[in-house]
Amino acid sequence: MKAAIVVFPGLNRERDMIAAVTKISGTAPFVVWHQDTSLPDVDLIVIPGGFSYGDYLRAGAIAARSPLMQLIRERAESGVKVLGVCNGFQILTEAGLLPGVLMRNASLRFVCREVKLEVVNASTDFTRGYAEGQIIRCPVAHHDGNYFADADTLKALEDNDQVAFRYAEGTNPNGSLHDIAGVFNRTKTVLGLMPHPENLIEAAHGGTDGRALFSALLAA
Amino acid sequence: MTFNNAVAMTPKLIADHGLKADEYAKIVSLIGREPNLTELGIFSAMWNEHCSYKSSKKWLRTLPTSGPRVIQGPGENAGVVDIGDGQAVVFKMESHNHPSFIEPYQGAATGMGGILRDVFTMGARPIAAMNALRFGDPAHEKTRHLVSGVVAGIGGYANSFGVPTVGGEVDFDARYNGNILVNAFAAGLAEADKIFYSTARGVGLPVVYLGAKTGRDGVGGATMASAEFGDDIDEKRPTVQVGDPFTEKRLLEACLELMATGAVIAIQDMGAAGLTCSAVEMGAKGDLGIRLDLDQVPVREAEMTPYEMMLSESQERMLMVLHPEKEAEARAVFEKWELDFATVGTTTDDLRFRVFWRGAEVANLPIKDLGDEAPEYDRPWTKPTLPDALAETDIPQMDVADALLALLGSSALSSRRWVYEQYDTLIQGNSVQRPGGDAGVVRIEGHATKALAFTSDVTPRYCEADPYEGGKQAVAECWRNLTATGADPIAATDNLNFGNPERPEIMGQLVEAVRGIGDACRALEFPIVSGNVSLYNETNGRGILPTPTIGGVGLIPDWSRMARVGFAAEDECILLFGAPDWWGTHLGQSIYLKELFGRRDGRAPGVDLAHEKRVGDLVRALIREGIATAVHDLSDGGLAVGLAEMALASGIGAVVNQLDGGDPIPLFFGEDQGRYLVTMTRAAMEEFYEARYAEAGVFAPWIGVTGGTSLTLGEARPLALNALRSAHEGWFPAYMAGEVA
Repeated sequence: MKAAIVVFPGLNRERDMIAAVTKISGTAPFVVWHQDTSLPDVDLIVIPGGFSYGDYLRAGAIAARSPLMQLIRERAESGVKVLGVCNGFQILTEAGLLPGVLMRNASLRFVCREVKLEVVNASTDFTRGYAEGQIIRCPVAHHDGNYFADADTLKALEDNDQVAFRYAEGTNPNGSLHDIAGVFNRTKTVLGLMPHPENLIEAAHGGTDGRALFSALLAA
Repeated sequence: MTFNNAVAMTPKLIADHGLKADEYAKIVSLIGREPNLTELGIFSAMWNEHCSYKSSKKWLRTLPTSGPRVIQGPGENAGVVDIGDGQAVVFKMESHNHPSFIEPYQGAATGMGGILRDVFTMGARPIAAMNALRFGDPAHEKTRHLVSGVVAGIGGYANSFGVPTVGGEVDFDARYNGNILVNAFAAGLAEADKIFYSTARGVGLPVVYLGAKTGRDGVGGATMASAEFGDDIDEKRPTVQVGDPFTEKRLLEACLELMATGAVIAIQDMGAAGLTCSAVEMGAKGDLGIRLDLDQVPVREAEMTPYEMMLSESQERMLMVLHPEKEAEARAVFEKWELDFATVGTTTDDLRFRVFWRGAEVANLPIKDLGDEAPEYDRPWTKPTLPDALAETDIPQMDVADALLALLGSSALSSRRWVYEQYDTLIQGNSVQRPGGDAGVVRIEGHATKALAFTSDVTPRYCEADPYEGGKQAVAECWRNLTATGADPIAATDNLNFGNPERPEIMGQLVEAVRGIGDACRALEFPIVSGNVSLYNETNGRGILPTPTIGGVGLIPDWSRMARVGFAAEDECILLFGAPDWWGTHLGQSIYLKELFGRRDGRAPGVDLAHEKRVGDLVRALIREGIATAVHDLSDGGLAVGLAEMALASGIGAVVNQLDGGDPIPLFFGEDQGRYLVTMTRAAMEEFYEARYAEAGVFAPWIGVTGGTSLTLGEARPLALNALRSAHEGWFPAYMAGEVA
């Protein structure tokens, strides 16, 4: 499987993501700069974390309106998988590729710590490396990860198995409704999550719980 | 716009520029006439304490700054130290004290931004950051607001820029009520033969301005940072700069990309005193003149005067001298990153600093004299009077278990989790030890086993009681913390924070602390390769505690063999390396006296540097041989607090009761220096005592055993780890929520 990592100015976890993809798949991903006018032929597009455009207007809002996002939207509609982590998740919600919004953390502070995640839906290409109900460790590092959607949207998400990960064992770090840490689109081809599985893939990270997400995605 | 550059030089105008009458007289004699307003501003920027080190230079020269690994010592943007395999670590610590008190979020943010820029200006990609923070009494009305703003500001900048914050200090003392300290550290990684310097070379070459636009923010900031505070402090807010980490991140990427093209001859970031300081430094170091055309400078606001442009401290700006044939290539890099790129001047052979604006020459000064002829003072100083030693019988008593609980839940020793969870500690994916241990450790990307350890240390109450021993102790504790991870301490940076040097007793603190730092650095082979001095940390005549912060860097050959603070397993033996006969003895200036009895008396603990080195070298060897399973140095709060921290980091308890009789207070709370707690298996311990101990020359008694879920100290009642944890984790969040004072 071929992957591309998209870089908007101000993103800063692209190096972590490139390292994770390279270490797990054995192949370096394409790196797409935001001014590029075409996307390479890939099976997976990753929007990594950071502070695109400084998060100055609203996290992810400016990147979501860039011309490159239009190309990503077209690919997503054709079934290419799209993964957004942290700022990438915020960009995907701002772009309307995923439901809901990510508000400022309930504490109003940036939070970087390890949390527990429950794998809610393990029957997707993203999550099939985990068992349903499995609890995994994963770090978070964000200021705006407080997932919010209206009651109808939340109900639809739950009914349609679109919740990918939930903060577990009382570790919700940001006030997200329904403890939501990551969601799919309706067809389960787009996943956005606030935690950073790319920062827990090897012994040096103190664990490898994040690895299965990438190995499942990149194995195909 | 009218700009009157030829205003009359009145004593008030001169004083408002932070220049003394004799300094002004020197200016007039150097240039042979009265300066105009722009020139006065330039002199004031170059000759203030912050930029010229005029009070401290004489003493800084006495510090050891070289060594087999040192590639670049003090005098550049940051120090550069060889770490083998063709790589170097580039690092420095710098204060942003005055601005952070006036406007905590932006003051701290731009402090972080400035130190990061110092590092990547030299061609290094930042890989680690730390910050050492000192705040006033928790009960002081401003403290909570300052903590909240400073921590958010540092996080806001470093997190967005994308560098992991791996260590630091947070401390409280009423002596910082009016002058908090914000010392920011950054380290980067570079190829040892691709370091970039600020010395311009070649006549007639383009001087290029890069990065963000110039605005009015920070005009006169360096002069403000060199003055005491009075009651007019709120009026100084406009002198604080505003940070833009998004631009800084792009500037980093653009600079590294540009450096790779071979276009850069010299580079200097615009920090304190902005365009003035960077241009003068590049020219003067290269024995060249510089001619600037201010009409080419990208500006944020229309109608800026040349005076404002020369003194602006707008952030995220760089000045470079470029190879002219590469100018187009360089411009393309900056356009890609959507940053300003403007040729604003040329190098000349006339050794003059000439500034033009709207066709007129607004300054024409001898460039070498601006730096080299800056005043240097041998200020009078008095030797500090040392407090009396504690009387042997003067040991205030308290139940050991109660004392430990109280200390762990105090402002001084409680967990700093509330702070460091606001920092991204794991970005870049290389943090193998995050805050909460003895040092932060970051592995070297691309190398299978190597890592760097980082820590920052100083104990200001020791420095107040005895600046010489306090200076030694700051270095020794830093060296010890690095050693406790298994690192070789390779070099350090110093950030000397003191009060008004025009007072002989304050100058005496500086002189004695620097002497102590120098002696310790020499004995421990731990050179100072960069640093910063922050003086005039006084409000209404009352100075801060003398605070010479030491930031240290250590090299770990194999991070899979490093040590951590937490107990590794149950049923392991705990040894106290470097112990005096009665495990702990020295209560003078201890946290025990200060926090539990409000006493600040007694002598500061002395540091025996030969002993320090002997113990540290032995502990490091035991870590690398895989014999030591967990290691923690002892500092504030002594043995009791050290044991509790090891237990809390692991969730494994301990029983430490192998010394009977005698007074348990100095035993458990004494702050004798040069001590480490080390655990090992029983078999390893027997082997150690049999084969190594006799020749070690270090007293390392077996003091207890790990295991269980409580901590038992001597005869005291066992303390459940849960109770210790809630005390330790409780104070900071409760304080910030306003639930405790």
